[in-house]
This record gives sequence, structure tokens and C-alpha cells, in this order.
Amino acid sequence: MTPIEKVEGRAIPFGLKNVDTDVIIPAHWLKTTTREGMGRGAFESLRADPDNLFDSPVFKGAPILIAGDNFGCGSSREHAAWALGDLGIRVVIAPSYSDIFSGNAVKNGILPVVLPQPAIDRLMEVAQTDPVHVDLDTQTVTTPFQDRFTFEIDPFRKMCLLEGLDEISLTEKSDAAIGAYEAQLDADRPWMRPAIA
Amino acid sequence: MTRPRTLYEKIWDAHVVEQRPDGTCLIFIDRHLVHEVTSPQAFAGLRASGRTVRRPDLTLAVPDHNVPTTARLDAAGNRLPIADRESAAQLAALEKNAPEYGIRYIDAVAPEQGIVHVVGPEQGFSLPGTTIVCGDSHTACHGGIGALAFGIGTSEVEHVLATQTLLLQPSKTMEVRVEGQVGPGVSAKDIILHITGTIGAAGGTGHVIEYTGSAIRALSIEGRLTVSNMAIEGGARAGLIAPDEVTFAYLKGRPYAPKGADWDDAVAYWKTLASDPAATYDKVVVIDAADIAPSVTWGTSPEDVVPITGVVPDPAAFADPSKQVAAAKSLAYMGLEPGTRMQDVPIENIFIGSCTNSRIEDLRAAAAVIKGRKKAANVRWAIVVPGSGLVKAQAEAEGLDRIFIDAGIEWREPGCSACLAMNPDKVPAGERCASTSNRNFVGRQGPGSRTHLVSPAMAAAAAVTGKLTDVRELMA
Ligand code: SF4
Repeated sequence: MTPIEKVEGRAIPFGLKNVDTDVIIPAHWLKTTTREGMGRGAFESLRADPDNLFDSPVFKGAPILIAGDNFGCGSSREHAAWALGDLGIRVVIAPSYSDIFSGNAVKNGILPVVLPQPAIDRLMEVAQTDPVHVDLDTQTVTTPFQDRFTFEIDPFRKMCLLEGLDEISLTEKSDAAIGAYEAQLDADRPWMRPAIA
Repeated sequence: MTRPRTLYEKIWDAHVVEQRPDGTCLIFIDRHLVHEVTSPQAFAGLRASGRTVRRPDLTLAVPDHNVPTTARLDAAGNRLPIADRESAAQLAALEKNAPEYGIRYIDAVAPEQGIVHVVGPEQGFSLPGTTIVCGDSHTACHGGIGALAFGIGTSEVEHVLATQTLLLQPSKTMEVRVEGQVGPGVSAKDIILHITGTIGAAGGTGHVIEYTGSAIRALSIEGRLTVSNMAIEGGARAGLIAPDEVTFAYLKGRPYAPKGADWDDAVAYWKTLASDPAATYDKVVVIDAADIAPSVTWGTSPEDVVPITGVVPDPAAFADPSKQVAAAKSLAYMGLEPGTRMQDVPIENIFIGSCTNSRIEDLRAAAAVIKGRKKAANVRWAIVVPGSGLVKAQAEAEGLDRIFIDAGIEWREPGCSACLAMNPDKVPAGERCASTSNRNFVGRQGPGSRTHLVSPAMAAAAAVTGKLTDVRELMA
């Protein structure tokens, strides 16, 4: 996973509330076998409009997305995070997220920043004309106009994102403990192994 | 003396590999079920990072979600092509990935093929006291035999493949106790629909639900799997039913179940798992079995349950303003008016199947109602999709297939089918389906489809009358 520390660039002033994962990536994209290329399906229904934000010359490929309350609600599909990542988004800024979505985002190297609505409103304004700067290390979002908003993030998630650590790499550090558990299980309850090989 | 513990706490404690300072635990996973839809990206991830599958022996792969339920072989025994290119690619990916990583694979045309949650217990791969995961939210199903089982996302599938563990926070515990005896025509599905209607779709959020009480104890394993299957529809991460003699009798002799002296050791261990009498739960709900009628959903949330003798509710009657809005939206989507008698709602489609209700007992209950009757003229499409090839063979040996076919109902090959409409089995927009599946969400059975969740006997009753019907009236 690519580590995140500082992300600077244009922020898509999207701002919609209750955007569910069906809007982020429609169900028919679930029939894929790779994580890549899913950006093409991201926000498909909205992008049917030729004047949509995502494909505008200014915001195409922007690394930051500004959204409204309860972003990523609905189905638990991880494809939503893959689609955003494939679209080039590294940071989402919103007042709140569905739990499952924010977990999936972090697992896929996307930083979900939580800021109160007034901060979102101000960033939406700035984003029209100027870039936004997100610094995970100092937990701040800043603009060229001296706006400075600080955000909270779970320390474990922060470490994973800063170091680009995926959960598997972390768990692999517990390899010896897992091996010991397996050996003990084989000794205590050998019948737990499926009976036919 | 150790603190009294619930069934959930005993299973959890037995699987902690490591505990982190914040209470998160690295939990060992005993069984991993893999299907074609949520696994391709996980295998791709393994490949990209050069990892392998830690315990292929604890992993079982079977395609189910988007296999067609029409014939899979031609008269000469050759495989028929799959029309949908994307479904075919997912199926091909699993067929390639499983052997490459040394994982047991049940082929789409193998006699044991079926829905993962039917196959697991049926093969004795799922066992009491184990932790079971699968990239499908109805993994809770295996709780019916006393396994701690829950659905996971694709990254977690990859995590389990690579490490055979998951990082989890312990859940709170909830007891749903159903006491007494259910009336005639009331099945396990009616029990869980009634429970979901009572506790609400978020009633079990953050909890693992243990179903207890005499009405639960009286259920067969098939019935217990049906109840636990829908724990997730009550918001719970998993459901559990303590293993007992009924469970042991069901599992004995199944292919992957322990044999000989191992079997005796296993049973002795399983007997220690039941919640201690003095154990307490974070939340308790008690339900009188006598209050449960054959039930049906009217809306687009599984909590939207009424007895079949009831009427479509008035959204204004709900106390919670957000539920008023949701109910009004549901009724608009469902094309229903408040006050309409549920028994006056016409039905054009019937789906008997899914991991909730596709086991032999379910098919027997449906066939008992259908026998000697015909599908109503206004029922356009009616299918029975057995949960596995073994269920299908058993049903055919009992002549159940003939009963359905003679009534004008299609008899299909096993798979998820119209439960989620990923394969060609879909309910057309604006039409209703009396369905034995588990979710009545907007578009779940196809864009614009209108789902009424019911038991197999109730679906059969609707098939012969062409409307939602109180099955008890056909049982006289
Ligand atoms: S039948 Fe439905 S709920 Fe069950 S595993 Fe298949 S898709 Fe999931």
C-alpha cells in the first residue's frame, strides 16, 4: 500500500449527503475479478451527465474528495474504496462516514478525514478555485488562505496509513504466536482438522 | 472458579491468539468458506504480494452466487457455456485459484456443489465451537450448529487466506429466548421473521445473538440454520444456538466431521460449550412462541414484518419520525396502500431457495402444501432451487421434484439464484415475489423487484392461490 503523509492538490467539491456505496460503484461492477479499472464505474450514474465534476478538466484526477454526511452508507462492498482509489482519490473529507466504509477506505490506503460541516462548507468554497493541503502527520487540512482545520484519527489507523502498512503485514509480525496457537490446537483438539484430506 | 461464560464467550476465549492493549484480539479462524464473487480480488492480492494460503486444509471453495440454475451439462455430459461473460470470468477465476493454492474445490457440476452455507454443515466442514468466516454476510447461518460464524469483506478474505486469523473487537452478547410451542403452520422462518420484526433491523447491532428457549431447542438443524442465518437481518454480527444431541446426530458420519475416537472427544468438548446457567447477557429479549403466526414482510427492510392475518401498516402509525419516512418510501416502492389485507396482495413470482430455506426440510414443507394442487394462473414464474446437489438428489429420491413439476413449478440446479439475482434468475421490475430468501431490499431480486419474505410453506401457498395466503387455511 502506498503510504500517505501529505496530499496536496485539487479537491472535488462534491458535498452530497448520504452518498451510498451503490452510487459510488453500482452493483453490476461487483462482477469483476480485479480491483483495478474500477474507477471507470465510480459515480457512474452521476458521470452520465457530460458536465459532471469528476470528468471536468479542472477536477479530473484530483486526489481529494469533499463529501457530505454519512458518506459510503449502504452495502458493505469494498469495491467502493477500490473505485475511489482507482479514480486517483487519496483523501476523502466529510462530516461523517459509515463505519464499514471508513474501515474499507483505510484498508485500501485512503484517508477518511472527519471535519465539522462549517469546515466542509469553507473547503467547498476554496476548492472551486484553489488546491487543498492535507497533512496526516500533523492531522491538519490547510488552504492557501491560511485556513487550518485539525482532525482526529484513530492512532492505529494513522500508523497504518503513514507507514503504508496493510493489516496483513501487521499480522505477519504475529507469525510465531499464530504458529504456537496452531501447535497447541493440534495437541489439545486434533479432531478440529477436517477429517478428510 | 472461573467466571460464568456464555457460549459466545467460550468460543471467543478458545480462539484468542493475541490480545492487543486496546482489547482487539487476533482470532484464529478454523474454517474459511470461499465462493466466486468475493474472492478473486483477494487471490489477486495474495499473488501481487507474493503470499501463499497459510492453511489450505481449513479452506473450502465452492461456486454458488452466480452459477446458472438451469442445466449445467448437455445430454452428452459436456459442460454448457455460461452466457454472462462476467459471471463466467468469476467462476473461471475460482476454478483456477483454488487448485493453485491447494484449496479443496467443489466444482459447479459436482454432486456436492451448493450454496456455501448449505454445503458447510452438510459436509460436516462446519462444526460446533469453531470460528467460520466467508465473504458473505449470511455466514451467520452456521451458528445454527453452534459455530461462531460471520461474514467478512474481500480484504479480510485475503487476510484470512494469508494468516488464518482476523483482528476483531469482542462483541456484546444478546439472548433472544423463545419459549413455548409454536402453532401449526409456523416454521423456523416465521420465528426469525417475528424476532426481526420485534427487535428491529438494528436491534442486534454490535451484538452476537444467542437463540435459546424451548421453541429453539425443539427445532431441527435445518430450522436452527434458518434462524441463525438471519441474525444479520437483526443487525447482529453472528447468531448462535448451543449444540446439543440434535446437533451431534446431524453431524455424525458427515464427510469432514471427526470419526471414531476423535468423534467422542469432539462431542465431549462440544458439550462443554453451552452457556453456563449463571452467565449473563448484555441484552435479553423474551418471546412467547404462541404469539408467532405465519409471517410476511410488507416493506423493504426485514424488520417490516406482520402476521399473514394482518394489514399493511400506516406509516403515520410509527412512533419514530424517520421510520415514518422510511415506511412511506417502502410502501411507494412496494406499490402497497396502508390498510390493505396482506392476504389480498397478488403474487406473480415464487422463489423457494437461498441459504435461508433450501434444505430438505424446507422443500418437504413446500411440497406438502403443493401436493395435488396447481400453480395459480396469475403466477408467471415459480422456481424451486435446492440448496445443494445432495439436497436435490434427496428431494428427487422422495419424489418432491415431481410434486413441484406437476404443479407447474420449475425444479432447478443448486445456487444462490434469485436471492440476489446475480445470475439470470431475476424478478421483473414492478412485480412481486413471495420469496423464502432473507433480504427484501430495494432491487435485491432484480431492479424494481418487490419482495415479500415468507417461509417455504407460505411461498407454496402463494404459488397455488396466486396471492399471499395463510398457509393454515390450506392445511385443513
Ligand atoms: S443464498 Fe443469498 S444470502 Fe445465501 S449465500 Fe447466496 S447470496 Fe448470500
